[in-house]
Amino acid sequence: MLLKNHGVFERHTMVLVAGILVVISIGGLIEIAPLFKIDSTIEEVDGVRPYTPLELVGRNVYIREGCYTCHSQMIRPLRDEVERYGHYSLAAESMYDRPFQWGSKRTGPDLARVGGKYSDAWQVQHLRDPRSVVPESIMPPYAFLADNEVDTRHIDKHLLANARLGVPYTEASIENAARDLLAQADPMGDTAGVEERYGADVNIRDFDGDPKRVTEMDALVAYLQVLGTMVDFSTYEPEKAENLR
Amino acid sequence: MAKREVDDVSGVETTGHEWDGIRELDNPLPRWWVLVFYATIVWAVVYWVAMPAWPLWNSYTTGLRGHSDRANVASELTGLQTARAPMFTQLDATPLAQVGSNADLMQFTMEAGKAVFNDNCSTCHGAGGQGAKGYPSLVDDVWLWDGTVDGIHATLQHGIRSGKDEARFSMMPAYGRDGMLQAAQISDLTEFVWSLSHTQDVNRAAATRGAELFATNCVSCHGADGKGDPTFGAPNLTDAEWLYGPTKADISGQIYEGRGGVMPAFGDRLSPSQVRAVAVYVHSLGGGT
Repeated sequence: MLLKNHGVFERHTMVLVAGILVVISIGGLIEIAPLFKIDSTIEEVDGVRPYTPLELVGRNVYIREGCYTCHSQMIRPLRDEVERYGHYSLAAESMYDRPFQWGSKRTGPDLARVGGKYSDAWQVQHLRDPRSVVPESIMPPYAFLADNEVDTRHIDKHLLANARLGVPYTEASIENAARDLLAQADPMGDTAGVEERYGADVNIRDFDGDPKRVTEMDALVAYLQVLGTMVDFSTYEPEKAENLR
Repeated sequence: MAKREVDDVSGVETTGHEWDGIRELDNPLPRWWVLVFYATIVWAVVYWVAMPAWPLWNSYTTGLRGHSDRANVASELTGLQTARAPMFTQLDATPLAQVGSNADLMQFTMEAGKAVFNDNCSTCHGAGGQGAKGYPSLVDDVWLWDGTVDGIHATLQHGIRSGKDEARFSMMPAYGRDGMLQAAQISDLTEFVWSLSHTQDVNRAAATRGAELFATNCVSCHGADGKGDPTFGAPNLTDAEWLYGPTKADISGQIYEGRGGVMPAFGDRLSPSQVRAVAVYVHSLGGGT
């Protein structure tokens, strides 16, 4: 019997390695493999679109600066969270996130629905000097983002990489990525392309209050202002059987 | 396998290993531990059957209990709404200006409004509504826009320069940045605006020159007497309240840049009853108008 003969595993490293691989791959297969096939995990909703190039740059800044270590983007289906932050997060809301930013630690508040909650000016001031608007905050300042101009040279590659992972960017989106990036932060510019490719609801404005150039501050604020605002909840029925989990 | 041997002292079989003359006894695991271990295995099987657990090819097992976190939170929220419904219904049916005459309703409205205010408004306007540079104080009786309770309600619902069609909107020109006035003119104009609320430290000659500039550029919103106009959110320039700071440098900075704050529309974020509650709460902070 295996219980009596476990000495085989203890005395032969290669047998032990093979045993470990078998056990872990059973877990992996059962937990991970079906997720590639199950399509019922993602709700059918209206309004969720891929990030615009500017928002995508902002998202990269968000990841680079480690915002996710203190901020989650996941409103759990619990009464108190829904009361404070709004409708619980849907899987569909992060279906174009590569990778998702659900997070697991809330040193600061959840950001899943922070879009539209504060003005751009507030976001910029808060990122420059958090304690000037929230005296009890322990967030570090990110004033330098306003000095970093966005590097547009590789943005089409970022879109392409996302497209290869399944985000439905069109060829036109990828081709015009750099142009769309600049246009979104300039309401006087040629914004028709951005609206055509990403919808009429896209926020098009100078986000950081510095109209002369497009900075990482523009990008991050553009990203924050779209968080949790895409789903059209007027057409979503949370209590339909296929939407219950 | 090493040969079995029994330890003379304890009478227990050893594992057959020996290091530096020390041998290891092969005692069984404590019975309670083994039982708990088997119980966890049984519990896992019960859980598989009762709760959503196993992924299948195209779906997953939903479990016999029909458990759903989302259904649970929906029913909890319904419970919450039911508990609050009597008071909120009363609030919805009462004109905002008359809420104060019903003590019970007023107390409920203030509590509800305060909860909403602390989460949504205090980040800009301060925990007590005291405001900050660029974010108006809500505790005084000075209002940029309509300060009646219904006016505050409209501001909350649609926002200020929020991009909504119904939002309050006005735009002060950036006289300096857009080159509409020269530096010397801005300095004169600042002197005049300063003189509206100060008698000390006024350069009369400059203020007189500034008065002409004021008449051509500013009166359409701020009025001939500089007392402002809440229709345009144009502040009163003759009092001691300054949104972007009280010094001459602050005033000329505002003439140069023409800043205008944005307040988000809360009509999409909060329920209609919550917007009403927070309107009454904010109105009560400073007495409103």
